[in-house]
Amino acid sequence: MAGAFPRPPDQGHGPVSWTDEEQARIEEICARYPTRKSATLPVLWMAQRKWGWLSYDVMKLVAETLGQPPSEVYAVATFYTMLKKQPTGTYLIQVCHTLSCQLVGAEEIIAHLKKKLGIEEGETTPDGMFTLMRVECLASCGSGPMMQIDDDYYEQLTPDAIDAIIDGLRSGQPLPLPRPEVNKWTFRSLES
Amino acid sequence: MDVPKPRILTRRWGLEGSHTLAVARKHGAYESLRKALTMEPSAITQVVKDSGLRGRGGAGFPTGVKWGFVPPPEKRGDKPVYLICNADESEPGTFKDRYCIWNDPHALIEGCLIAAWAIGAKTAYIYLRGEFKFVKDRLDAALAEAREAGLVGRNILGTGIDIDVWTHLGAGAYICGEETALLSSLEGGRGQPKLKPPFPAVEGAWRCPTIVNNVETLQVVPWLIEHGAAAYRAIGTEKSPGTKLFSCSGHIRRPGVYELPLGYPMIELLNDECGGLHDGRTLKAVIPGGSSVPVMTPDEVARATMDYESINEVAGSYLGSGGFIVMDDRTDLVAALANLLRFYAHESCGQCSPCREGTGWMHSILQRLAAGEATEFDIATLRDVANNIHSRTICFFGASAAMPVQSFLKKFPEEFFGRAGVDVPDDWQPRAASAK
Ligand SMILES: Cc1cc2nc3c(=O)[nH]c(=O)nc-3n(C[C@H](O)[C@H](O)[C@H](O)COP(=O)(O)O)c2cc1C
Ligand code: SF4
Ligand code: FES
Repeated sequence: MAGAFPRPPDQGHGPVSWTDEEQARIEEICARYPTRKSATLPVLWMAQRKWGWLSYDVMKLVAETLGQPPSEVYAVATFYTMLKKQPTGTYLIQVCHTLSCQLVGAEEIIAHLKKKLGIEEGETTPDGMFTLMRVECLASCGSGPMMQIDDDYYEQLTPDAIDAIIDGLRSGQPLPLPRPEVNKWTFRSLES
Repeated sequence: MDVPKPRILTRRWGLEGSHTLAVARKHGAYESLRKALTMEPSAITQVVKDSGLRGRGGAGFPTGVKWGFVPPPEKRGDKPVYLICNADESEPGTFKDRYCIWNDPHALIEGCLIAAWAIGAKTAYIYLRGEFKFVKDRLDAALAEAREAGLVGRNILGTGIDIDVWTHLGAGAYICGEETALLSSLEGGRGQPKLKPPFPAVEGAWRCPTIVNNVETLQVVPWLIEHGAAAYRAIGTEKSPGTKLFSCSGHIRRPGVYELPLGYPMIELLNDECGGLHDGRTLKAVIPGGSSVPVMTPDEVARATMDYESINEVAGSYLGSGGFIVMDDRTDLVAALANLLRFYAHESCGQCSPCREGTGWMHSILQRLAAGEATEFDIATLRDVANNIHSRTICFFGASAAMPVQSFLKKFPEEFFGRAGVDVPDDWQPRAASAK
């Protein structure tokens, strides 16, 4: 069967379609490039922000929208690690564990997060709120250890800082964003 | 060191609201654009050539020379030319471009506009790594302000010149920093590198002539137009003119991004800008230019200066992207190298067997070695795998994964053999056994 994907039994959302506003936005994006295909990543991003992840139906909609074969969109979506082929918790926590962060304590941060959340790496908390993952370098090497939660960077982490961040999200009173560390480009040592 | 430390890239950093058009303009932004749009495009390229500016994305290729590779209008027919700004910034240890955009987005927009005018492009795309959504938002806001003020888009500053600038967000793939992979990704495909030639300057995005430049490279351009090539050449060394941003991380008291003239002593970067090592620590090793370049010993660090030539002459390494990673005596170098190879094994795009398989093998050998479960024969295998990847792949990623292994084994063999429970053999040849 040409163009068929393995289809999960329940994709967690009903039929998918764009609103008129979104459709107009997509046309605006397409107009920036010489080909509609070039809008694949921007439109996959739009879809992921709208539905939370890229199910079979969502990828098929993106393919139809851009006049691409579904297999092409699937091939693209599976190449990029940030495009979610399965749902995650409400907040996706990604901790950098590449060399510079490792040198300044990434493992301690991951251990603390596991304890705080009561889950292992790759797992989601039972209330569906947090998913914890390790990722490679996020260009934040001077302000490590660090993590990204959804679109935001949290840098110069300590166990106390992590508690404040997680407790804030849990209680519905998140710390203000962007975090002030994002504005600094040199950092005093954490060690006194 | 008491050399002058001119601020070219960081000149507006730290000003309150430096990312807004009003503040940027008050401090000189877009004056160079006004001047450049009255100049012949070829005259702009000549200024960049004369300045000796070298690409800051890693390879250090002369920027003006690259621009000169775009075929002239009579040869390219009706094909458009594109300018791409590489803001993928994913080489471990490198974090300067993000601050360039965050602190001074208008310098990048102005640099893109001037470069586009010089090479004959009507459209520029700034490709940011997917994790930089927050950076892209700030850049998009700056672009909207500039567009509103008639600085981007149609009829720029009333000159009749049209140049559009768009941002494009990646989605998590280190390899998309490699220019041909970036172009595949921009075109809406998987971010897989292509064989060169054809080089992008001749056949790039949508098979049209395309110039790809790093953020830092393009941000220098407005300064060059304002101050001229000679002023730039007066800074730095003869072969490495100007200043460079160094992203400093690891076991130092004051990590961060520092702008310094090229040719600055490495040991002073470490001791002064970086604030030195933590109390009671000694230096073990430094990776001077992002994770892909060969590692350096403390003795080499003491002798090298921060420029393209010295690092190569003293240590056989490279300035690369300027990602300066410092490791003190606490560092387990076997574990550090295993960490890097995990990165490369994870990020290989998988097209070339030596790279796809070799990075995984090197990672698993290093993991076993770090756990004390490997023998000296495994170390020889590790060396042979690295030697057999280098220069046998489509893109330079293969070499980028091999160079750390080759250099760690060459410069710190006792750490590796020690982990296998033996002394370094008398006849150990770090570079042997490359299949020809
Ligand atoms: C594996 C690999 C990764 C790269 N990553 C980046 C990157 O993240 N940012 C960048 O500007 N250049 C990167 N480059 C270099 C680009 O291919 C290209 O040479 C550069 O963007 C050209 O800009 P420049 O001439 O201004 O240096 C990478 C190259 C390779 C082989
Ligand atoms: S060298 Fe590695 S990353 Fe580059 S094209 Fe080949 S497999 Fe892909
Ligand atoms: S190593 Fe963690 S952000 Fe670069």
